[in-house]
Amino acid sequence: MTAVAELMDYAEVVERFDPVLGLEVHVELSTATKMFCGCPNLFGGEPNTHVCPTCLGLPGALPVVNGSAVESAIRIGLALNCEIAPWCRFARKNYFYPDMPKNFQTSQYDEPIAFDGYLDVVLDDGEVVRIGIERAHMEEDTGKSLHVGGATGRIHGAEHSLLDYNRAGVPLIEIVTKPITGIGERAPEVARAYVTALRDLLRAMDVSDVRMDQGSLRCDANVSLMPRGATEFGTRTETKNVNSLRSVERAVRYEMTRHAAILADGGGIRQETRHFQEADGTTSAGRTKETAEDYRYFPEPDLVPIAPSPQWVEQLRGTLPELPWERRKRIQQEWNLTDEELRDLVNTGAADLVAATVDAGAEPGEARSWWVQYLTQQANTREVELAGLPITPAQVATVIGLVKQGELTNKLAREVVQGVLDGEGEPGEVIERRGLKVVSDDSALIAAVDEALAAQPDVVEKIRGGKVQAAGAIVGAVMKATKGQADAKRVRELIMERCR
Amino acid sequence: MTELTTLPAAELAAKIHAREVTSVEVTRAHLDRIAAVDDHVHAFLHVDREGALAAAEAVDADLAAGKAPASPLAGVPLALKDVFTTKGIPTTCGSRTLEGWVPPYDATVTRTLREAGVVILGKTNMDEFAMGSSTENSAFGPTHNPWDHARIPGGSGGGSSASLAAFEAPLAIGTDTGGSIRQPGAVTGTVGVKPTYGGVSRYGLVAFSSSLDQGGPCARTVLDAAMLHEIIGGHDPMDSTSIDAPVPPVVAAAREGARDGLSGVRVGVVSEFRGEGYQPGVLRSFEAAVDQLRALGAEVVEVSCPHFTYALPAYYLIAPSEASSNLARFDAMRYGIRVSDDGTHSAEEVMSLTREAGFGPEVKRRIMLGTYALSSGYYDAYYGSAQKVRTLIIRDFDAAFEQVDVLVSPTTPTTAFKIGERVDDPLAMYLADLCTIPSDLAGNAALSVPCGLSDEDGLPVGLQVMAPALADDRLYKVAAAYEGARDAAAGGSLVHQVPELNGGAR
Repeated sequence: MTAVAELMDYAEVVERFDPVLGLEVHVELSTATKMFCGCPNLFGGEPNTHVCPTCLGLPGALPVVNGSAVESAIRIGLALNCEIAPWCRFARKNYFYPDMPKNFQTSQYDEPIAFDGYLDVVLDDGEVVRIGIERAHMEEDTGKSLHVGGATGRIHGAEHSLLDYNRAGVPLIEIVTKPITGIGERAPEVARAYVTALRDLLRAMDVSDVRMDQGSLRCDANVSLMPRGATEFGTRTETKNVNSLRSVERAVRYEMTRHAAILADGGGIRQETRHFQEADGTTSAGRTKETAEDYRYFPEPDLVPIAPSPQWVEQLRGTLPELPWERRKRIQQEWNLTDEELRDLVNTGAADLVAATVDAGAEPGEARSWWVQYLTQQANTREVELAGLPITPAQVATVIGLVKQGELTNKLAREVVQGVLDGEGEPGEVIERRGLKVVSDDSALIAAVDEALAAQPDVVEKIRGGKVQAAGAIVGAVMKATKGQADAKRVRELIMERCR
Repeated sequence: MTELTTLPAAELAAKIHAREVTSVEVTRAHLDRIAAVDDHVHAFLHVDREGALAAAEAVDADLAAGKAPASPLAGVPLALKDVFTTKGIPTTCGSRTLEGWVPPYDATVTRTLREAGVVILGKTNMDEFAMGSSTENSAFGPTHNPWDHARIPGGSGGGSSASLAAFEAPLAIGTDTGGSIRQPGAVTGTVGVKPTYGGVSRYGLVAFSSSLDQGGPCARTVLDAAMLHEIIGGHDPMDSTSIDAPVPPVVAAAREGARDGLSGVRVGVVSEFRGEGYQPGVLRSFEAAVDQLRALGAEVVEVSCPHFTYALPAYYLIAPSEASSNLARFDAMRYGIRVSDDGTHSAEEVMSLTREAGFGPEVKRRIMLGTYALSSGYYDAYYGSAQKVRTLIIRDFDAAFEQVDVLVSPTTPTTAFKIGERVDDPLAMYLADLCTIPSDLAGNAALSVPCGLSDEDGLPVGLQVMAPALADDRLYKVAAAYEGARDAAAGGSLVHQVPELNGGAR
């Protein structure tokens, strides 16, 4: 493992070197079935329960392309401003991998379905960087192996390995950038912003659940350095399967400082894959790639070529939703936000969530305050991205609506949201289960108010004497007595009535 | 041998459906015949006696209950090449690698046959993973040609064709990648049809070369083959390369040919498929067949297909390339045998030792060839060039079919050679498929029908008929017309001249 002492100070890195990035993002599509068979495409499940002869690679089994995965691929291509190939094929990528049942991966090689596009990425300060998209192609995911008995959890040293093929054959789209140059010290930030923008886009399109923590969105970061002013790219390393936005940024930054130290010392970079360590933000060497692997690609003979008609492509273009950047432009105008306010919203990852909450019927102000305050705080506590919270904008809108209708107090509303986040179901179910209805029945409230007033005659005197703020103590007592389910505003009104 | 094992499938079916005989009786007669002769023929790798009798009983019960037969061949027994998966019945593809593997699912062909009430007797011997022209590459020992036990029954579907010639089954299923239905058909004196690529589902057919493999019917008569073709043919949504079009009316075409002859039919003789390397007796039988076609009213012309000369080398790049990838899944991890899994070997070693023990020399040879042909730097020179040749062969066919309705040639350059004769000379072995390979590369339809015995050795010769893709019906019309005329002239069907096996001993 590389010690921290062998790294170069970041300021020095960017003074001496120009970084070149290449990002490869794998996205699992959330289609109902797998890429080449009718098995359900579900995350998790008892091992080897979502399998059939085709995704198990049994002798004789054949693939058939999932049409809805092709649609998603085309839509993604269009959203990334790509050309859509009028004719393309799958190819076989031949290599051995324990959790790849056919020992070849059905993928696209020299004939991707979408190519030559771009994605505009907004950095924290509002600067826009245009990232070129080399290609977006379709392929299938592998199964998962669990290596048992070793110290590292890797295959070497393991006593045996367990294989789960539930994920084998899940549709993947691989999106590959062109080399990203000229970004200097902002390289780590650009990497993070790109993956964020891509994630938001894919979520808006509803083609994937883009959960980095569950592997439905995975990023491989290629990094190389060249001396300032040079034009020839340096040797790159590829850090595999980085699984959070923050890690993308850290991994790029770490590799830059590591490369720089080696290069400055007169050493050479080995072309290799690397693993990112979440714990300390370092990378470690994986496979060495001294020469390109020979995958013996050839056109997949078990599948007929795909030839999307121009009409079909245009029809799919018509199904693209309002894309995140368009939506941001619109909400800025509609909500009358300054550039800075919008940027804050975007930087917390809340903009699209707020917009979606508004779309679901909430007031923009309410929606903003829920996401930026309470939910951001919840995300921090739970150490997940805001968008990774297990609550949908529609659910938040429902809760806001209930508060507005007087069915919930703000306090109760937070408890409802808490219940949803804890997996207790829809807001209605949480309310039911936890008994969180506002006590709006005056007779029940009056009894509680009278009891509280009787218990504190001195306070009653104060109120009658014109010290209205003293009522707070009674309100508190009533709220306590009703376990927070009383409408505080109504309680206050009742207190004033009784003390009149 | 009883009458029940010598009748054509069409007649057996008629008797079963008229309840003159039960499917169980017919099935038992064939099972008994297998028990009597298969020690000597070795057409079967696995006989499913119980399953076959149960299927036959079910057909009889349905008929007794007054139900219409599930298909025109319901109740008739069939021998299935061991390359199709069969739920509950072992499937080995003639390989040690898959020894003991019982698939958890049925191939579409298997399922279709079961649903049609066709009785599956068992699985037939074959060259390992369908690689070969002699059925000597089976890990479980060769099949013997019923015409001469010292000779090969053709390959890779030697078991299927031999089971017909040995009267162990009236119907069989084969697969044709480079001629593995037609070539064994020719050397055993039976009918073998390679339908248009995509005409019969490949789902559950253990892949050798995906872009070439094609299942098809084997029978003793053209009409029987047509009836079987109509059952197994048709679109399968589980196979992306399956043609979404109705099965051509092959039964009607066979009946029409037998009845009306060939007047108005234009037949092209492929000039590249005669001359040097061809056994004179084979050519003489072929010429006699061409005369017969003329006598039936066909207009016969000579047609040149210049690129057919390159078909063999192109095939021996494409098929091994695809095979090297298709066979990669046999890694000892999930099914089949596993060697040296004693805890002292790494996964890679177990895989390597298993492949070493599990694959025979021909399979290894082709995996090596294919791996090499696909490797970086060689792809364009080998695989890429072979695909270009394939295109040229398709164009040759297209040009020929502008002039004629069908093409004809001998099915094989020689009659059945002796077991062991070409084992050490793979290139000589590959020549057996010289005439059949172009149709596979082009994906169009072709058939072999018996055309007499070679006057030198008294062994069967096949007449190959080739038609454009989706024009399978033309094959049946021409073959049925020819078969009727030949049998009438010879005073009986050729396959009945096969020496009596007499309990197998000769």
